[in-house]
Amino acid sequence: MTDVGTIRPPRNQWWDVWDQFKTHRGAVIGSIVFLLICAFCFIGPFLWEYSATYIDIRSRNQGPSWAHPFGTDQLGRDIFARMMKGGQVSLAVGIAAMVLSVFLGALIGVLAGYFRRLDGPLMRLTDLFLALPLLPLLLVMSMLFRQKLSAMFGVETGMFLMIVTAIAITSWMRTARVVRGDVLALKEREYVLAARSIGTPNRRLITRHILPNVLSPVMVSATLMIATAIITESALSFLGMGFPPDFPTWGRLVSDGIDYLQQYPSRAMLPGVFISLVVLSVNYIGDGLRDALDPRIRGR
Amino acid sequence: MFNYTLRRLLLAIPTLLFIALTIFLLLELSPGDPMSDMPLTIPPEVREQMRIALGLGEAWYIRFFKWLYLFSVVEPSHVLANLTGIQSLAIEGQRIISFQSRSPVADIIAQRLPQTLWVVGLSYIFGILLALPIGIYSAYKQYSWFDQAGTFISMVGFSLPTFFTGPLLILIFSIWLGWFPIIYDTTLVVDSWYDFALQLRQMAMPVFVLTLYNAAQITRFMRASMLDNMMQDYVRTARAKGMTERVTILVHVLRNSMIPVVTVIALGIPTVFTGAIITEQVFRVNGLGQLLIIAIYASDFPMVLTLSVVFAILIVLFNLIADILYAVLDPRIRYD
Repeated sequence: MTDVGTIRPPRNQWWDVWDQFKTHRGAVIGSIVFLLICAFCFIGPFLWEYSATYIDIRSRNQGPSWAHPFGTDQLGRDIFARMMKGGQVSLAVGIAAMVLSVFLGALIGVLAGYFRRLDGPLMRLTDLFLALPLLPLLLVMSMLFRQKLSAMFGVETGMFLMIVTAIAITSWMRTARVVRGDVLALKEREYVLAARSIGTPNRRLITRHILPNVLSPVMVSATLMIATAIITESALSFLGMGFPPDFPTWGRLVSDGIDYLQQYPSRAMLPGVFISLVVLSVNYIGDGLRDALDPRIRGR
Repeated sequence: MFNYTLRRLLLAIPTLLFIALTIFLLLELSPGDPMSDMPLTIPPEVREQMRIALGLGEAWYIRFFKWLYLFSVVEPSHVLANLTGIQSLAIEGQRIISFQSRSPVADIIAQRLPQTLWVVGLSYIFGILLALPIGIYSAYKQYSWFDQAGTFISMVGFSLPTFFTGPLLILIFSIWLGWFPIIYDTTLVVDSWYDFALQLRQMAMPVFVLTLYNAAQITRFMRASMLDNMMQDYVRTARAKGMTERVTILVHVLRNSMIPVVTVIALGIPTVFTGAIITEQVFRVNGLGQLLIIAIYASDFPMVLTLSVVFAILIVLFNLIADILYAVLDPRIRYD
């Protein structure tokens, strides 16, 4: 009769995605590197005895040793601990800015694609933002709100909020355009018409039928956004417009290290290597996700 | 097509006005004060007079319209006069004055422009020249070791921030090997072969950093676009007709896959002016990017505003050029 062995058990779509993702070697290595760096930054400080801000002026400018694997800086602070602390800030800024920016982008994209009346104004707004010179604008914004937010939320939280918001509101446009394009196409599908004909309200139509189908482009742009956000934050810190000087982030550590490039080259190179590794691994993850989420490629 | 271009140009005017107003208001809100560098011993009433002398005494909308008039009428007339050599074209009277140097903003920008154009423009051209052959060959030999290596290098070039590659190159080539100078010397006058060699050496590193970055992005587009076309039916037809591989790839496929790449290249040109802020800072090239940074630090509002709006004009203009190029190159696209 029927051969029971050939019938495959029902599978969740995400298992297929995962199977495809596993075959992309770069993406797998990228995920491992990214997770290792996250663990280094977020779990490391609990295991490491030195604090990032502890000043031991007598043991300054030391080379690598067992006590200080990356050496110490010009104030005798342990660079290993500073790398962890800096990584925490850079990764947190990257992830928070990504969440905010993707949320904004998806919201504006869905609204513009779904409601015809909003399409014109929202897309004009997107074009307008695309025409803004972004890095100058970011610099002006960070100069602007630095003191106000520092006074309101304290220096660290204030700067964090400012940088995350600034990066998010200057980077949502690409996601919005992609999502709008997809929503415009999805809106005309029969299943949407069917759902509408049984009286599904707009809100549920969007959350149940439209959003899950635009998830894959959103996820891809979300991964790539982490990379962009980390680079932007580091660039701002590098130019001296980001977090305050005594507050380590990877970009800040690079710019501090450049003054000592001749004597202690590793001081600028190490954080640079970490930024590059994170960005590279995130870009590879994005590449792998793009392949894995594309049903035309999947299963081939 | 003509109608479309005209409509886009007309639409660009309110866009640019809005951007100028946004930046102006942002600067207006900013806590930075151009007077903050002055000695504290200046009495407050003198300080107030100095502010008025800088033109800060009037309401913001009056200052905005004055700036707008100067920016759109007076400054272009001076630029035109300098370009043509006919001094009578220039409109006499007030110009946009930088708070820092007290000289007209347009003159300072004109002084800085050559450095930026040389370093950043050259690296963009090198980037394109490097990226196109690599992209074409990677796509033709998909999954070969050349393609794998090319994809990896372009991924690396795309991921490494310029504030990391810049110091890395300085470390290797200036400090360890001593081949190139660390700092870009703008006062160098090229009038002999020796100076020319010096100029080449100081340009080598910043140009290389930016070339790597630009080439990495364009290679990815070129490869993807070639791959899209490679599988099309017309390619099979060309092969079936007995065209050589060379003609098939370099004439049939290349011409079609250049369409999106050309627009990407056009879209990237504004970054030739704006995107090199960090590289200029690393190598101390005193170009436009560095000018903007210094102006922001010094709260030099007229300079920041003028530069940002010039950047915005470039972006809007090249967006338009990219769209028009797209329609010119691809007869399937009609905007009307």
